[in-house]
Amino acid sequence: MEQLREFVPWIYLIAAITFIFGLKGLSGPTTAQLGNRVAAAGMLAAVIATFLEQQVAAAWVLVLPAIAIGTVIGFVGARQVPMTAMPQMVAIFNGAGGGAAALVSTLEYLRATGAGGASVGEVIAILLGLMIGAVSFSGSIIAFGKLQGLIDAKAFKYAGQQLVTGGLFGGMLLLALLLVADAAGILAAPKELALGLVGLLALAFGVALVMPIGGADMPVVISLLNAYTGLAVAMAGLAIGNQMLIVAGTLVGASGTILTRLMSKAMNRSLGNVLFGAFGAAPAAKTGAKTDDGRTFREVSAEDAAILLGYAQSVIIVPGYGLAVAQAQHNVRELADLLEAKGIEVRYAIHPVAGRMPGHMNVLLAEANVPYEKLFDMEQINEDFQRADVALVIGANDVTNPAARKDTSSPIYGMPILNVDQAQNIIVIKRSMKPGFAGIDNELYLDPKTGMLFGDAKEAVSRVVNELKKAA
Amino acid sequence: MSNEVLLGAYVFMLAIWVGNEVISKVPSTLHTPLMSGANAIHGIIIVGALLVATALPGPLGTVLGFLAVVLGTINVVGGFVVTDRMLQMFKARPRPAKPAETK
Repeated sequence: MEQLREFVPWIYLIAAITFIFGLKGLSGPTTAQLGNRVAAAGMLAAVIATFLEQQVAAAWVLVLPAIAIGTVIGFVGARQVPMTAMPQMVAIFNGAGGGAAALVSTLEYLRATGAGGASVGEVIAILLGLMIGAVSFSGSIIAFGKLQGLIDAKAFKYAGQQLVTGGLFGGMLLLALLLVADAAGILAAPKELALGLVGLLALAFGVALVMPIGGADMPVVISLLNAYTGLAVAMAGLAIGNQMLIVAGTLVGASGTILTRLMSKAMNRSLGNVLFGAFGAAPAAKTGAKTDDGRTFREVSAEDAAILLGYAQSVIIVPGYGLAVAQAQHNVRELADLLEAKGIEVRYAIHPVAGRMPGHMNVLLAEANVPYEKLFDMEQINEDFQRADVALVIGANDVTNPAARKDTSSPIYGMPILNVDQAQNIIVIKRSMKPGFAGIDNELYLDPKTGMLFGDAKEAVSRVVNELKKAA
Repeated sequence: MSNEVLLGAYVFMLAIWVGNEVISKVPSTLHTPLMSGANAIHGIIIVGALLVATALPGPLGTVLGFLAVVLGTINVVGGFVVTDRMLQMFKARPRPAKPAETK
């Protein structure tokens, strides 16, 4: 046992290397799965190696049941969740990691103070691990609640919001500084009390940070919180003197930050704008009232839609979150097959943030065996909309809203959109006229070229499929 | 003691650089799986949780340690399984490219 223990740091080193390769692999389509599995194997090795440490092996009565419970929750959650709920699942797993980092930091602080006090450097790392971890924990839970529909997804705004958020942040920082001063021997603070307050304020700050952010921005927020948790883990690693934790946490922190920036760039918004700009709040209601006046929309039946599609030469399908919710991908595939059998060209236009996460639509359509080469990115296909006979919008809303191009007062102004409005005919499958996730109206629906086919995406598409089969 | 923190700070600096290098160009299709995979990797906090689980004697320490291990495990297991499931869907295509993928 004693000799084996000497290998532990080496196994940690190997694990850290697998994480680097894992991340590298995950950033390419052909290597992604291998990368993920390599990192998982490294993680397993690291966990097993940790059991060679005496204090861990001795605590098996406590630790093994905890691992068993966590494994069951994590495994069942990850297996059972429908593809549509993937984003909130990632949020919740991320929150768990943040919470763990906060708890590890807390335990390390209490241990060190019991053993005669920690150095200033250690205390700073501990406090950062606690604060960032706790913010990530509560923020992720709010993000989960918003995506799951447990909390109103709209941006939650109230008077004096900045003051409250700033106050929480300031108070947290002040108490943290107090504890640092205490560690430096400048003054004597009530350690446990101050630490508990720092944790509570950090939790409250995480809630205050995410509540005012609209549901459409949640992917970016989750990515950011993911980077936060990485940082928290790195700080916890610094506090307990474990290099592997530092490497793994920092890797995620750094790559997560880049990923967050890539994602906000895809929506043409700066990160600051996502975090502090009101999206879908008061000004949106104003624009809505303006366009609603007088103009009406045109409703079409499944039969009309089938005829329109049947006589087209080129059809572009624009999938969105509605397709994901209704699990309509297989029906859409069936529709596309029928149309292609008639010699009609069918393509899919994928907006970078269609659905609730980048790549969400690609995953769903791949599940329904839609050939990869029929999926087109926004830049590739936007020019072609004007030559398309029919643009079939299935449960996509904000990413097709022409207001983003024209209306400078619109909250989504400047976001790149799919040029659906340039198609000869537009069919929009949607459950009702209700505005989308950003909470703003879409004037595309009022366009005379647009026919609205109301219904759940799956059911509406299969109605159209039936009509097409009848006609054939 | 503070030497260890300093060494850790060096590792931190270098890892930032590596993290930046590794994720330079990522197709937007892979953003979600990459985020999810990175999410699983920070689940390494489970090792930290194991190491300090019994650091603090008494009921408070035991409860906190237990919770830390549970949360860390959820992060690791859920993270990797959900990522694998996402990537499975990219692979499941009736194209000849499939068999070549299993190295």
